[in-house]
Amino acid sequence: MRIINIKPDRSAHLLLAALPFVLVALTYVIASALRLSENPADKLLPAFSTMIDSIRHMAFEEDTRTGSYLLWSDTFASASRLFWALCISTSVALIVGVLMGLLPLMGAFVGPFIAVASMVPPLALLPILFIVMGLGEASKIALIVIGTLPFLIRDLALRVAELPREQLIKAQTLGASTWQITLRIVVPQMLPRLIDGVRFSLGPAWLFLIAAEAIASDSGLGYRIFLMRRYLAMDVIIPYVAWITLLAYFSDTLLVWIQKRAFPWFSDARAT
Amino acid sequence: MSVISFSHVWKEYGDQIVLEDISLDIEDRAFVALVGPSGCGKTTFLRMLLGQDVATRGAILLDGLPLHGEPDADRGVVFQRYSVFPHLTVLGNVMLARELELSPFLGRLMGAAKKDAEADSLKLLDAVGLSGAQALYPASLSGGMQQRLALAQAIMRKPKVLLLDEPFGALDPGIKADIHTLMRKLWHESNLTVVMVTHDLSEAFRLATRVVALERRRDRPEERERYGATIAKDIQIWPRRIAGTPQPRSSSRDDLAKSGAIPGRPGLAMSEQIT
Repeated sequence: MRIINIKPDRSAHLLLAALPFVLVALTYVIASALRLSENPADKLLPAFSTMIDSIRHMAFEEDTRTGSYLLWSDTFASASRLFWALCISTSVALIVGVLMGLLPLMGAFVGPFIAVASMVPPLALLPILFIVMGLGEASKIALIVIGTLPFLIRDLALRVAELPREQLIKAQTLGASTWQITLRIVVPQMLPRLIDGVRFSLGPAWLFLIAAEAIASDSGLGYRIFLMRRYLAMDVIIPYVAWITLLAYFSDTLLVWIQKRAFPWFSDARAT
Repeated sequence: MSVISFSHVWKEYGDQIVLEDISLDIEDRAFVALVGPSGCGKTTFLRMLLGQDVATRGAILLDGLPLHGEPDADRGVVFQRYSVFPHLTVLGNVMLARELELSPFLGRLMGAAKKDAEADSLKLLDAVGLSGAQALYPASLSGGMQQRLALAQAIMRKPKVLLLDEPFGALDPGIKADIHTLMRKLWHESNLTVVMVTHDLSEAFRLATRVVALERRRDRPEERERYGATIAKDIQIWPRRIAGTPQPRSSSRDDLAKSGAIPGRPGLAMSEQIT
């Protein structure tokens, strides 16, 4: 039988999916055990038990200096920066993207500008943001917005332009004004597509967040990782990275769930 | 009297002439079928009538007045595809016409006005054979049912002219016959002038009161820069079909249409299952 025709059944599917995770964990455990057997004080590949101890310390014991539970206060600080930045990006992208895709005048007006502006490397702007907006929350949020907004706008403008012409003609023959077409035809069909755009932006958003926190911050997951680097505290850094990955994965899953629940028509309409 | 009148209309794209000196008067309540080989300009003709395209020379009049340069509620349309909105339910698609008409700012109705619009839409859905499907989204309808929905949606706004761009071209023969019956019924019962583009000659002769054939008489590439398509044939169907007076003897399907037995009849349910 040709290999293109072999399909895994349910249990084989689960097994195959689990395999890479198990392999990575196993490799780590073996490598860590080897290094620790040579030098019990090795810091590079800490044992799982050490990492669990460190998580317990970070998550469930009050920090003596600040009196807060560090894992949770870091998570809250990072998550709220990310949340507000994505709220701003998403709402600006919805407005500008729809206007750009729907109105040829707006496309001509802002299209080329955004095409150029999206090529500015956001991290190169970070010093400017710190100088102009200070080292507080605003500059971090601004960096994430600058990093994600151009993609979201251009993606959405393309999606609007992809709507079949027939739909816009049809709406006009039903007497719809430009405003009504925007409100009843275009925006409702763009919202689920915008969720797709935000999903693709989650990775870059975390990248910019951690970059900003690494450089100037006193809280946040990225701040903690870079702080711990000074002490070579891999037993904290590795769980933190895993935790960030988990958060990103769950926010992605959450967005998919929202998309399915709020726009039940979308998956079928996309298939046709 | 004529509702639509083309006088000496030319359409050119770049240095290609598509339509050459078309003059045509379409009388009130006519059902005109526009036929011709691919690329003869029948879709261009329809696009100009729709306001999607502007004639290069000549004038197109609707009720004696020049056409608006953009689509509006005077002219309803059903395309072969993409005529209905995927994000609205069947009921929402039909109600949309009323909502857009009565609510310029929100495009949505509330309270009694909404109830009214719902009741009218359900009645219309029943008439096109879609009763029971009002809560579904278009993607879960078959092609034939989507076109029924598109017809209902267009008629809800009560346009003077209904334009059909190969609306039944993608349907299976059995489903096509059913929807022809529906089309005839709608034409008889609504105050409509219909212009339909089709490449199916038998469909044209079965439905229309008048069949207009467009043809390029000179079609070599270099000739396309000097000559466009013209009206090659203009045939009045005999015996004459008159809007509002279905002829029971022309076809047994007309009997069904006249007695209003279309909605929910078993033959339809059999041939157009919800997918």
